[in-house]
Amino acid sequence: MKIWIERQRSLIDFTVAGLLRRKVRNLGLMAVYSCVVFILATVMLFTHSLRKEASVLLSDAPEITVQRVIMGRHALIEHTDLDVVSKIRGARHARGRLWGYFYDTANGANYTLMVPDKVHTIKQGQVQIGAGVARARDLKKGKFLFLTTNRGKLFKLQVSGILSTESELVSSDLVLMSEQDYRNFFRLPSNVYTDLVLNVRNSREVTKIAEKISAVLPDSRVITRDDILRTYESLFSWREGILLALLGGALCSFIIFAWDKTSGLSASERQEIGILKAVGWETSDILTMKLWESVLISLGAFLFAYTLAYLHVFYFSAGLLEPVLKGWAILYPQFHLTPEVDPLQVMTLLFFTVFPYVAATLVPIWRAAIIDPDTVMR
Amino acid sequence: MSHKGKTADRFRYSDVVLMLFSIGLLIMIGSFFGGRDTQSRAPARELVSSLGLSDLALFTEARYLRHLSQADLHSAFQDHPVSFDHFPGGSLVMPRLIGITEGVDHENMD
Repeated sequence: MKIWIERQRSLIDFTVAGLLRRKVRNLGLMAVYSCVVFILATVMLFTHSLRKEASVLLSDAPEITVQRVIMGRHALIEHTDLDVVSKIRGARHARGRLWGYFYDTANGANYTLMVPDKVHTIKQGQVQIGAGVARARDLKKGKFLFLTTNRGKLFKLQVSGILSTESELVSSDLVLMSEQDYRNFFRLPSNVYTDLVLNVRNSREVTKIAEKISAVLPDSRVITRDDILRTYESLFSWREGILLALLGGALCSFIIFAWDKTSGLSASERQEIGILKAVGWETSDILTMKLWESVLISLGAFLFAYTLAYLHVFYFSAGLLEPVLKGWAILYPQFHLTPEVDPLQVMTLLFFTVFPYVAATLVPIWRAAIIDPDTVMR
Repeated sequence: MSHKGKTADRFRYSDVVLMLFSIGLLIMIGSFFGGRDTQSRAPARELVSSLGLSDLALFTEARYLRHLSQADLHSAFQDHPVSFDHFPGGSLVMPRLIGITEGVDHENMD
């Protein structure tokens, strides 16, 4: 065993020395290789951890949400509907929610204005804002947030707190205000809500309760927590698929590039094989040496690129993907994803990037290694 | 120093390569066991639970992208009769096929 290890180490020594002789060519190949793996690994790591983040965070979302729909559009729901829903057997903690959007003409950002529940009571004239809003408007605790109502009047609200940056993934654009301020700002009557939310006493009855709500409120649309979770599950699968499909072109170019580099041996490489055979190397030695060469390049590039992708996603917030996700939005949450890696995904990437390269190198080398050294050297 | 000692002290490429590969493999395998930090999610979970939040604040450019789970199939095309979804984020979001509770087709109840 010791002899075998020593033999492999000597072969690695020889291989690395050979690779360093063709430094520019091999470093160029490794750079392209690393680039392709880096992009693929970044997309895979980012979407997987975001999917996981959504499933964990939104597992505490309301069990059932009831929206009123008029002419195919989300409409305000009345207090009487809340009473109807509250009376359904099995429904509990039913309450009306007040939330809506506000387009800030000052900076072109969209905010989500919301009235918190009774736990987060906010005094009239005050607001709590998400960290994204604070950044966009350069606000601190104690400063004033001015919003323009739909009648063109200025609405002055004092910032009583900024929501924690750790929660930015769900709260970046939130502006929490008192119910009175919210109704005054949007000129809403006191008997309407944006939608209704409720919990269900027995979680196995969620579908049944949803059916009952649909029966008593036929103009409503019922969204369960499972619907929310499935939305995010499918969203990130789709997003990952779109990005990987776009990267497919780059991957194909790389495969052609790698195939071209590996399937045909250069004259100097053929001569080298001939010399090695002439000085007593066996075909198996040459094959092992060349196998090490392709493993060092492909696995080395993979490990390097994977480490970079991991750091990029989990320590630098996937900054390179930000323009893709941000679109035209002004507000974008600054968040750190909790490292979540799917070993199967990584192993699949490893297999599809390393194995074809190694396999592509073997056949031409074997063909060169079995030819008579004299013929090869000539 | 003996000849054997000289051989042992000699710089070898294989030492460097094997060390780098070991570090890379350890990082890769170590990354598989990284997702146990539930503490960092606590503030966000608390906010989702207490405010009844239903969506991530990833895309704020359009209302149907900000609250994906609350928007229906047609939200992206509601601005006018032949409106196309023109927000960049919309091209990355899958058409919503759910919001339909099992057994009850709420979209077609009107």
